[in-house]
Amino acid sequence: MNIVVCVKQVPDTTEIRIDPETNRLIREGVPTILNPFDGYALEAAARIKDKAPETKIVVVSMGPEQAKAALKECLAIAADKAYLVSGRSFGGSDTLATSYILSQAIQKIEETEGKFDAVFCGKQAIDGDTAQVGPEIAEHLGYPQVTYGLEAEAVENGLQIKKEVDDGIEMIGVGLPCVVTFTKPSWDPRYPTIKRKMAANRAEIPVLGEDAFPDMDTGMIGLSGSPTHVKSTFVPPKKSGGIKIKEESDDLSAQKLFSFLSKGGFV
Amino acid sequence: MEAKTRDLWVLIETNEDGSAKNVGLELLTPGRAMADKQGGALVAVVIGHQIDGAVKAASEHGADKVIAVEGAEYQHYTTDAYSTALVSLVEKYGPTSMLIGATNNGRDLAPRVSCRLKTGLTADCTALDIDAETGNVAWTRPAFGGNLMATILCPNHRPQIGTVRPGVFKKTPPCEGKAEVVREDIHVDAKDIRTQVLEVIRDLDSEKVDLEGADIILSGGRGVGGPEGFALLHEVAELLGATVGASRAAVDAGWIAHSHQVGQTGKSVGPKLYIACGISGAIQHLAGISGAKIVVAINKDPDAPIFDVADCGVVGNLFEVLPVLAEEIRKSRT
Repeated sequence: MNIVVCVKQVPDTTEIRIDPETNRLIREGVPTILNPFDGYALEAAARIKDKAPETKIVVVSMGPEQAKAALKECLAIAADKAYLVSGRSFGGSDTLATSYILSQAIQKIEETEGKFDAVFCGKQAIDGDTAQVGPEIAEHLGYPQVTYGLEAEAVENGLQIKKEVDDGIEMIGVGLPCVVTFTKPSWDPRYPTIKRKMAANRAEIPVLGEDAFPDMDTGMIGLSGSPTHVKSTFVPPKKSGGIKIKEESDDLSAQKLFSFLSKGGFV
Repeated sequence: MEAKTRDLWVLIETNEDGSAKNVGLELLTPGRAMADKQGGALVAVVIGHQIDGAVKAASEHGADKVIAVEGAEYQHYTTDAYSTALVSLVEKYGPTSMLIGATNNGRDLAPRVSCRLKTGLTADCTALDIDAETGNVAWTRPAFGGNLMATILCPNHRPQIGTVRPGVFKKTPPCEGKAEVVREDIHVDAKDIRTQVLEVIRDLDSEKVDLEGADIILSGGRGVGGPEGFALLHEVAELLGATVGASRAAVDAGWIAHSHQVGQTGKSVGPKLYIACGISGAIQHLAGISGAKIVVAINKDPDAPIFDVADCGVVGNLFEVLPVLAEEIRKSRT
């Protein structure tokens, strides 16, 4: 099976702090990481490869030159080949434009790597949290999709996906080619080996810029090709006037909490 | 595409028995105000199988008009059947905006539909308004794990579409429904539905774990210490009429089922009261509770970040505080 995994380098949102003076996000010094959900997608592909070693895993990311670090991490973990999609005119893309560029890139890479049977993505990136790029890639390519995947198994006529739904789990059968997005499974993704890490550091990562896509509709990319625009951003207002209860004993604290709740009409 | 009307649509997601899911009915509340500002009708779109109950509910909760699409192929949600039906309705009627509940299915469907229509989509909104300057919908949503809020516009493409977090809005009390009901006959061939549901495993207790619809949630984290701690939470929850939630740490430790999880990898919730017990308040957890009206935190660590978002923070041992609280509640009822 030939699988392409779409990944994104993201700021580690657990490390983001708000500047108390300016009330703005402090981005300096915040480490960038491989989007964890993309790591689950890569692991799902790696598990298919564990059972069928002839499987090829290609990773692709759209982003600046620095995003090669995330791609190298993927190579160290399980990927066979990595591509970076990078161009000035791609910047400012919303999800519709991003998914268009990625779907074009996937088709471009197929000229070298052969037709992909499946496109795996994380269910969402932890910076934007939209969960839209995966299904939109599926739509651009005209493929069926399965979202919120936990595990994927290659079967005779396609893939069998264990999928999280609002009230439980479903097993879904889907033919190839298809798009699957992954959420957090019950197991942890594998770590890279030293040997793979060294090989990944030396790996050449081809960069696909604007010139790689002569037929791309430039009206559908970047800021000008994006239907949605950010009008404003703001730091969510801190709760002010929040009260703190710390009495001499927990019993007294509990009684104070009770009166807080009863004033609110909850008890 | 161009909008043909000033109407605002709300997709009413249905259960397999044809009843309406709460989130769709909730969205009729902001939908009413927005439709009035846009100068159009509030239209509920109901897709499903044997949906008379959902059509009636949509009417009773404020829709001016209901568009109903019924068929056996819609009983169980599939991306292909639902996207085909919804896109052909939008192309026929041309609404100016559309709200879809940000459930797993809603977030599967909405990007597929918006991409086919080549229009903009804003995910998981927690506030909705009409931009006074332009008349566009102003979609407000959390980003960067809830550290930042962004207001998004979709100025030049129609319909403007957004998914909206369940529980943020409350449905209006039912009134006598007077909506005009239009039935559309749209069918999707089995061969065009490219995914098959092979097996369904329902969470045994998921009936009871309606976090998104809950008015009160009592949640436990690492500080709860184990499954026994959750037994105490269940006991207090029953007294409060609360649903039990959990942080990722507690779910990962295996103390409670994933269906209880609140936060970025679990459910986003919007209760009137959220009580966090032994939860430190990782940003991923806080992202999931930004829709809560009142937050109470009980934690031993006075520096826990959960206290930064709490309306009432109790610094103390939850195993001491909760039993006394339970006793006070019992006393108040006798």
